[in-house]
This record gives sequence, structure tokens and C-alpha cells, in this order.
Amino acid sequence: MIYLIFAYFCLSMVGITTMALTRKNPVHAVLWLLLLFLHVAVVYLFLNAEFLSMAQIIVYAGAILVMFLFTIFFIGAKELSKEKRYIKLWEGRLLIGLAMTAAAIVALSKIKTTFSGKYTISFIEKTGNTYAIGEMLFNEYSLAFFMVGVILLIPMIAVGVIARKLR
Amino acid sequence: MIPLEFYLILSGVIFGMGLISVLINRNLILVLISLEVMLAGVNLALVALSHYMNDIRGQVLALFSIAVAAGSVAVGLSLLVAIFDLKRTIDTEELKELKEEVSSD
Repeated sequence: MIYLIFAYFCLSMVGITTMALTRKNPVHAVLWLLLLFLHVAVVYLFLNAEFLSMAQIIVYAGAILVMFLFTIFFIGAKELSKEKRYIKLWEGRLLIGLAMTAAAIVALSKIKTTFSGKYTISFIEKTGNTYAIGEMLFNEYSLAFFMVGVILLIPMIAVGVIARKLR
Repeated sequence: MIPLEFYLILSGVIFGMGLISVLINRNLILVLISLEVMLAGVNLALVALSHYMNDIRGQVLALFSIAVAAGSVAVGLSLLVAIFDLKRTIDTEELKELKEEVSSD
């Protein structure tokens, strides 16, 4: 049964990605992308990552896709050329992309999990996934977490500087 | 229990589709959308490895990756608006101010 559900998610994620990347209207592409992110969130639930699943939905579906839609509103989807969709000499770039994809898939499928940490399912069950992530985040990665705050602050200033009227 | 390779191959396929789309599209909005697809594939691999290695650091790393992706796409979209303000186009073939002029002889 779990294999059937996983097979559905594999096939539908590949199909949804194809649909999202081949639409001519960018608004349709963004809506297919929303469907892809919801499927990714459910696959995170397969992998016992409840906190990341919710963060995926909130950050991507809530913030990033709205940002995409606002940009498309600013620019106007009619302005985009629909005849010439791909750049010149796209066949060579397609071959390069296929070769890199094949290399990535072969390399990923050769990974062996020899390492095993202490966060087993029974260990996480005692406290909960969110508590375990928070404990790791605020103890071992506290400086990195602080730097992520800075990394989110600098683009906020940069966006204001870049997007003001240039002329 | 589903084998780890299935998740990794799925993430590789999604990453590759986004990569090909980044390389061949000429619409700048679609290039940014493809970047998001690539990041989704990478995060999927991180979370799958975190689950199968019994270590939660992969999920923490995926959380950092989501945060950095939000910042990068905000800067990218504001640059796109600025480029459209100046040039009235977001076609990547039209944006060649930094390209060197090829002499005819």
C-alpha cells in the first residue's frame, strides 16, 4: 500500500514539474509550482519531517509564490514573448543539461548510508520532531542560525534599494 | 520501508528538469521558477538522507536552505523588476550590455 502511494507521488511530481516548466503563461506555471510544493510537503511527511513540511508550505506557498505573482502583476504577463520560447542553440544546452542530470542521478543512487546517528525514530518519539530540531538548532547551530537572520536582513535592505525608481 | 534510492532518484530527476529549464529558457521569470524547482529537489535529498541516517542535521540544513532560497529569490525578483523598468523586456537574449562586441574582421 505504501508503495502504491509513493508511486503516485513519484509519477505526479514528475508530471507536475513537466507541466510547471512547459506552460506559456507564467501565472499557470506558478500555480503548477504551488501544486508541486504541496506534494513535496507530503513527501516530507513520509520522511518523518513534520516541522519542515509545515515550513515548506508556509514559506514557499505563503511567501515565495505570492512574491512571484506580484512580480507578474507588476510586469504584466502579456509582455512576455510567446513565440520565441527558448534561446538560440538550445539543443546543445539541452544535451549538457541531460548529461549533468544523468551524472547527478548516478552519483545519488550510489550513496550508501554507513553512518547512523542517535536520532532514531524511537529517540525522536520521546520529545517530538520540532523539539529535536529546535534543540539542535539553538545548541549546535546557534551561530549559523544567527547568520541566517543576517542573511535574511541584508536582502530586505537590498530589495528596497534595487527596486526603487531608477530614472 | 521504501528504499533510499527511490527518494534520491526522484530528487535527482526533479533537480535535472529544473536545471535543463534554467539552461534553455529565455524568459527570466521562468528561469527563477526553475531555480525554485531545483531547490525543491535538493531539499528532498537532504531530508531523505537525514531520515535514513538517523541524524537530524539534514533537516536543519534543509531549513537553512529554505531561508537562503527565500532571500535569493527576493533579490532576483527585485532585479527583474529593475531590469524591466530600464529595458521594458525580460528576455535574456536582449540583456547583453556586458557582452563584448565581436569585431567583424
